[in-house]
Amino acid sequence: MTALAVAGLHAGYDPDLPIVKGVSFDIAKGEAVSILGPNGAGKSTMIKAIAGLVPCFGGSVRLGRTDVTGLASHVLVRNGMGFVPQTENIFTRLTILENLQIAAQLLPKSERADRIGAMLDMFPDLAARPGELAGALSGGQRQMLAAARALLTEPEVLMLDEPSAGLSPKLVGQVFDTLRRISEAGVTLVLVEQNVRAALALTGRALVLVDGKLAHDGPTDTLHDGKLLGELFLGHRAPEAST
Amino acid sequence: MNPQAIIDGLISGSTIGLGAIGLTLTYSILRFANFTHGDFLAWGAYLTLTVAGILGGLAAGLGAPVYPFSFGWGLPLAVFGGVLLTVALTLGLDRILFGRLRARGADAIIIVMASFGASMALRSLLEFIFTAKPAYFTKALQIAKPLGLGMRATPDQLLVIGLTAVLVVILHLLVTRSATGRAMRAVSENPSLAGVYGVDVENVIRVTWIIGAGLACIAGVMAGLLVQIRPYMGFDLLLPLFSAAILGGIGSIPGAMLGGLMIGLAEAFAVQIVGAEWRAAISFVILVLVLMLRPQGLFGQKGA
Repeated sequence: MTALAVAGLHAGYDPDLPIVKGVSFDIAKGEAVSILGPNGAGKSTMIKAIAGLVPCFGGSVRLGRTDVTGLASHVLVRNGMGFVPQTENIFTRLTILENLQIAAQLLPKSERADRIGAMLDMFPDLAARPGELAGALSGGQRQMLAAARALLTEPEVLMLDEPSAGLSPKLVGQVFDTLRRISEAGVTLVLVEQNVRAALALTGRALVLVDGKLAHDGPTDTLHDGKLLGELFLGHRAPEAST
Repeated sequence: MNPQAIIDGLISGSTIGLGAIGLTLTYSILRFANFTHGDFLAWGAYLTLTVAGILGGLAAGLGAPVYPFSFGWGLPLAVFGGVLLTVALTLGLDRILFGRLRARGADAIIIVMASFGASMALRSLLEFIFTAKPAYFTKALQIAKPLGLGMRATPDQLLVIGLTAVLVVILHLLVTRSATGRAMRAVSENPSLAGVYGVDVENVIRVTWIIGAGLACIAGVMAGLLVQIRPYMGFDLLLPLFSAAILGGIGSIPGAMLGGLMIGLAEAFAVQIVGAEWRAAISFVILVLVLMLRPQGLFGQKGA
């Protein structure tokens, strides 16, 4: 069953200069997919467009069977989309608990406390100090709070924009361990990542974006040796025609 | 120095503080300096006066003063109508002006200039409808009662201070303890992220206008009750309102209230020390000093 279907997506900040140019792909329920590509390829813009944060100029985005193209981000969340931005992904002036409480507002009142409790169980670092300002958390803990917030509403699809950006190697390991647990729990995972090695180890399929176009879509096994990726990143292989 | 300045400062500071709370909320959530806020005070006062007039026409007894105050039950009832009408005015203005500019992604300076233009239009419209002649909620005279330590105040003035304190506590609890308040603080910090969290940002903006307009109306009624109602009453308060909001720290409700009281007290003491003609300059001096020495204000956060 398809969890996320993107067809002929054109997106960006100026209709005359689209950054994402006709990208199409389907992601099955429970699948973990990396979106890779050189800097400036349009990975973050594409994921933001899917999440309702960047205008879509053409094409469509379907979440399950629902057409969610161009819907505002808060509506997408209610439709089962979870998105964790690369930076500024938590409210630093609110406490850890308040960050979770805001997301929990989307749930029925009777479920809110249980879901917040479940997230604090999943992330013990957060459970130790729920009343602390989120701005006091370390980089890795911030990513965990951001993931906890996104998971709290049990999204159909969880998209993360470079969760390892700016983190020390130790914290990157922690974050990817967490993502592995999330993926193993059956959540559909879409990961934009510059840390190619970690992304390929976590996911079973990779999409490579070059100059706003889909240049490769296949199992991560084919990319482990780095040869194909090198060709794609350096522009020695032309993007495949997007359908 | 006459200690009466303390009471005078607290009274004018109450009006300034309530107005500044609305201003600081719209500033922190909509991210622009709203020059129409002063006119919302004036419109609130005039709309309440109109509703009070209608109620007085329907039931003459509502206008009879209720001891120890100078006004009858008609005024508190009219305030509800005035608040509703002021809220409708602000939501209407947001729909036809500010909301459209937001949707187009207009720069903050464009929205500020639009609010400046709207402010002039609202003020002129008020003058056109009600004329420039001062109006009054009541013409009953009140004798100020001694409070001790050489200070005196009328029951109306004490009511204004008490009502302000109650409103500030309620509002502070709303913003710090309720889901609506959490959403407002979230939008204030990062509107785009708030959407990702599932917060309906446009709804939060509506709530902000409603709170700001309600407080502006009440502040306008307070100012009108204690002095007089004039089309320029809000414009004259604009500088003290901005000074109080910035002194308290943008986004901070207790800060805006404290800033309002400090501005009120500074003005009252300035009248005694340097003369009444310098009163209006005090807000400006404080505003400049705060912006130079502590731009985040007393309770604001750097970069907010």
